[in-house]
Amino acid sequence: METFLTILLDGLQFSSYLFIVSAGLTIIFGVMKILNVCHGSFYAWGAYTAAFFIGKFSDMGLPDALGFLIIIAAAIVVGVVLGLIIEQGILKHMYHRDEVLIVLATFGLFLVLEDIILIAFGTDPYFAYQPMALLESVEMGGVIRDVYGLTLIGVATFVAVGCWLLLNKTKWGVILKAVIFDREMGISMGINVPFVYTLTFIGGAILGGLGGAYIAPTISVAPGLGTEVIVLSFAVVVVGGMGSIAGAAIGSLIIGLLRALAVHELPQVELFVVFAVMAIVLVFRPEGLFAPAKPRKI
Amino acid sequence: MLRDTTSKVVLFGGIAIILLGAIMPNWIVNQLMFGFSRALAILGLLVLWRTGLVSFGHAFYFGLGAYTVAIVDIQLGVTDVFVRLFGGAIIAGIAGFIIGFIMRNYRDIFFAMLNTAISMVLYGIIVKTESLGSTDGFAISLPTIFGIAPETKYPLFIIITMIAMISALLINFYLKTTVGRLTTPIRDNEIRVEYLGFSVAHAIHLKYTISAVLAGGAGALMAMSLGQVDPDSMINWTVSGELVFITILSGPGNVIAPFIGSLVFEVLRTYAFELAPQAWQLIVGATFLTVIFFLPGGIWSLIAKLGRKKS
Repeated sequence: METFLTILLDGLQFSSYLFIVSAGLTIIFGVMKILNVCHGSFYAWGAYTAAFFIGKFSDMGLPDALGFLIIIAAAIVVGVVLGLIIEQGILKHMYHRDEVLIVLATFGLFLVLEDIILIAFGTDPYFAYQPMALLESVEMGGVIRDVYGLTLIGVATFVAVGCWLLLNKTKWGVILKAVIFDREMGISMGINVPFVYTLTFIGGAILGGLGGAYIAPTISVAPGLGTEVIVLSFAVVVVGGMGSIAGAAIGSLIIGLLRALAVHELPQVELFVVFAVMAIVLVFRPEGLFAPAKPRKI
Repeated sequence: MLRDTTSKVVLFGGIAIILLGAIMPNWIVNQLMFGFSRALAILGLLVLWRTGLVSFGHAFYFGLGAYTVAIVDIQLGVTDVFVRLFGGAIIAGIAGFIIGFIMRNYRDIFFAMLNTAISMVLYGIIVKTESLGSTDGFAISLPTIFGIAPETKYPLFIIITMIAMISALLINFYLKTTVGRLTTPIRDNEIRVEYLGFSVAHAIHLKYTISAVLAGGAGALMAMSLGQVDPDSMINWTVSGELVFITILSGPGNVIAPFIGSLVFEVLRTYAFELAPQAWQLIVGATFLTVIFFLPGGIWSLIAKLGRKKS
């Protein structure tokens, strides 16, 4: 029972941060049809920025609770700055090019951003345990968990509900849906599509940064951070269906729980299961498990 | 087969490089070995790229070739360069043929992603399996040639260059046959190709298998020239990205392009690494972006332009 609970909580925690990152990826894909490889860099940048400032503030003797503010600020700053530069500086000029070429361009950006991290933050790992230490731990059904990890599940739920409300209950949601459904028709209805693209990209980038910033206190923030997370979130969006928020949620639950199960019961297959699931889903349902049916355009 | 300029350039260029290799300093010979080994994989990706397919997972076949060399070396003690090379190429080819049955139904992003998934499955297995070397990989013993153990790397260099030459000639020939010409037509309009009486699925399957064989051979040669294999520099998704990068850098114009592109990449990487050890990826990435933006035809389009001006 205790093992089961541990696996469940580990899985949920892992799913949560995967979801936050993948939600950004899937929104960008859904609206802009860009498979954004440099999303992994947003994650890494978020993690580094948060870890750096949490450490700095702690050294200056400021209260550790500020860490949570830093996390949110780091995500927003990283998302807005990087998102704006990349979308306006590079991607904007590529929308008429082949989809695959845009993927490759984002791969080039990924390489560039990875190294700027090394130059800016150096190769030594950062530890920003303060927010995690602040919340201490709690016993649940005989299992001791740190509260910080549990709040991660809350944040992911918040992001999921927020996205759902935004898409289904606001004018912005209607505009986004119109652009997703038919870009050209959207333009002719007076929607400022380039502006929607910019905002979407920044929004997605903020989510990527938030995933990294929030996970930073629980890990050692070291080089190569973004390399792993980007293929994992690819797996998530492919399993769930590219461009669907609900798909990203279900995809990250499947991947997160499976991986937690593997880590506890059969560590040798940890990475293998994730990508085996991704490959199997692609073979049998290329559009993903929960992709909505596509309208046929004539 | 040797009637066009390309074949002549490949043949005489190859012979010239082999002869020059005898007097060139070691580090140049090494760079050429790495460059030509990798160029074999690029040659396969070029065939796919012309068809409009980009695989973000060919490190699977590259790694398969490299690890075949490592495993026959450690388990069976096979040191012969040709057994290792063809072993790697054939294993990768068989895998490519089988996977090709699925892959031939996929296009665009889905093709790229399914390849990534498959390569990451292999990566996941190798990283977590102690008997396959885990993250450390294996060191590989020096190859022998028909039972003779060479003292320098020059004989291996000759073999790599000759294999590269032969592969380039064969692919050049293949691209001129009717089936081989079905590249751009498939990219432009599959339905018309079907109406002309060709099976698009079969054509793509064949091209995919060819690219797998070449990537496997490239991996095997790379493993032998480096003297070691490890998952992060052979199978991880970044390696697949690197291969695609060199393909774009080279340009799809000609079978010679992959060789020039790979050499440029080797030089770029070596110099970038010496110039700024922490920023070589930055330089490589920035070059990549520049090529995508300003040189859609790759380096080859520059050479082709020069050639046209002269004549």
